[in-house]
Amino acid sequence: MTIPVEVLLTKKKTFERDPERLPEDFHEEVDRLEEEGEWVVQRVAGPYVEVPTRYGRPKKVQMGHLWHHKSCGQCGHIPGYSTSIFWVMRKLGLDYHDPRDQTSCTAWNYYASATSNAAAQAAVALRNFAAAQETGYFPLVHCGTSYGHYKEVREELIRHPELRAQVRAILAKLGKQMVMPEEIVHYSEWFYAMRHEIAARQVRSFEGIAVTVHPACHYYKLVEGDAIYDPDVYGGQRTAIVTGVAQALGAEVRSYSTWFDCCGFGFRHILVQRDFTRSFATRRKIEVMKEEADPDVVLTHDTGCVTTLDKSQFAARAHERNVGVPVMSEAQFAALAMGAHPYKVCQLHWHSADYRPLLEKMGIDWEQAWAEFQQDIKRLENGDIRYLTWEDVDA
Amino acid sequence: MAASALYKAPDVAGYGDVPYEEKARLFDLVKADLRYPDYLYGCYECGICVAVCPSARFYDFSPRRVAQAAAREDVELIYQQMQEDIWECSQCFSCLRCPRGNNPGGIITIMREVAVNNGLASAREALEGYSRIIYKIMSTGTQVSPDMLQPDAFPDWGPEVKDVSDNLDLWRRALPPETLHTTRTGWDVAPRTLVELYLIWFETGALDMIKGVDEGLHMILEEVMEERLEEEGVER
Repeated sequence: MTIPVEVLLTKKKTFERDPERLPEDFHEEVDRLEEEGEWVVQRVAGPYVEVPTRYGRPKKVQMGHLWHHKSCGQCGHIPGYSTSIFWVMRKLGLDYHDPRDQTSCTAWNYYASATSNAAAQAAVALRNFAAAQETGYFPLVHCGTSYGHYKEVREELIRHPELRAQVRAILAKLGKQMVMPEEIVHYSEWFYAMRHEIAARQVRSFEGIAVTVHPACHYYKLVEGDAIYDPDVYGGQRTAIVTGVAQALGAEVRSYSTWFDCCGFGFRHILVQRDFTRSFATRRKIEVMKEEADPDVVLTHDTGCVTTLDKSQFAARAHERNVGVPVMSEAQFAALAMGAHPYKVCQLHWHSADYRPLLEKMGIDWEQAWAEFQQDIKRLENGDIRYLTWEDVDA
Repeated sequence: MAASALYKAPDVAGYGDVPYEEKARLFDLVKADLRYPDYLYGCYECGICVAVCPSARFYDFSPRRVAQAAAREDVELIYQQMQEDIWECSQCFSCLRCPRGNNPGGIITIMREVAVNNGLASAREALEGYSRIIYKIMSTGTQVSPDMLQPDAFPDWGPEVKDVSDNLDLWRRALPPETLHTTRTGWDVAPRTLVELYLIWFETGALDMIKGVDEGLHMILEEVMEERLEEEGVER
């Protein structure tokens, strides 16, 4: 019997939410624990945008006054990622706090080496949440894994009073209280929520720019309920973040069959077993995208995914695989749309796959931009300036 | 004794075998983890988790087999998986697509922790070459820092890595956010924050987990942390 693929696809065009099958709303449990004095809930304060999530519940995304929970990998080897997030916020006139009392979520190590445990991970998460709450700024999480892991931690703490007791005792030794934010918000949710404001400040046309999107596993697979799903994007079948931003900026988002596959990062594999990572990233992602969608750029929204999809292409070239497409975060893409400098802000020289043809297609003279960046490097070398400042990058 | 033990190979995944009682003890530790009941609800054997699993495409690995072994309490198979399969998992959690709500990736996270805590040979081998990373995360709170981008460590990432390495100081100073100027930590971390992190590692036993797999690294980290706590006048 032939499988009626077309009929099935028609039926699945739009995700119909069944109200009978709604999972529990974590907000109720978070609030109940606050009422019982188990923790303090840091509420969304000030202007916010409401966005739709997987099961239709609204999620509040605070617009400004945000505490940036940075990503170890972004700050380590893709610094244009976090710089672009900051730059876009500055351009929108929104204040933020870039803290020095933040640790990473340490989840890369947790998922890679397992040299940690539930209590340590929860204590790290809540120490960071407490640090944010002490400033009055609301946490915004830069990394997909931090975001997913913190949601896991929230679930574990809600379910297990003995874990809460253990973490509370540890935090007391640090002089910190138990704090849980009302919403755990990923930066790509902020970009999605602000996409129309960003598009309103667009100075470069992205018409004709073909994009493929890799949604990060830890964003929408780990504790899926409060990831953003929009009926107007993929019929609510896939998460709407990144795609919604690219579409708002006028780019053409093209689909490909292996969109659900992970990037191949693997946590431990990217570090000590990269043959797997390289093979998966190129054969299951980049090559499929090239063959089926021929994108000008791959957009994603997580530290590991940008790293894997970008860095894995070099070795594959030696095997004459069908690779060769730039990879960046939608934060960098949005910054470029708003006129950001490709080197001073987006820091594309830290990336490996060739991004220059993309810049040319965007109408950016990359040779001139590089010369401008080199002038700043000269000033740094000569000791004329110690660091490049925000004023310098927009000069 | 389980029937499968009667016809098993003399070793397990290339490592010397251990008595059934030891395997049962390890499985009991897995089951005793507070997360375990949240991760296992029984298996339909539908294979959806395998279909979406990246590691299943490249290794002799199956998240379904992990969920099944756990559900059937197959002590021998669980032990064999702890000595081999668990380190092949990508921890992407695509397997959460399970229609029963199982979390094979989560079960594997717990199995790995038990393997590390008990110094299993597979854990020691899997973490070889990983010392620098554990050192970095535990001592600085950030796993990846720019000074790790040495071309000899990432030759397959292309010549751009050498460019970064050669120009590291200047290129870091060319980053406008003030916190990003440091090369050792990725971003600037306050001393008090490190103290708080070290207390977490001590208090939760996370630091001691390393002892069984890398005693030298454990000693170094313990010394670094105790010294810092002493400097800051913090008592454990």
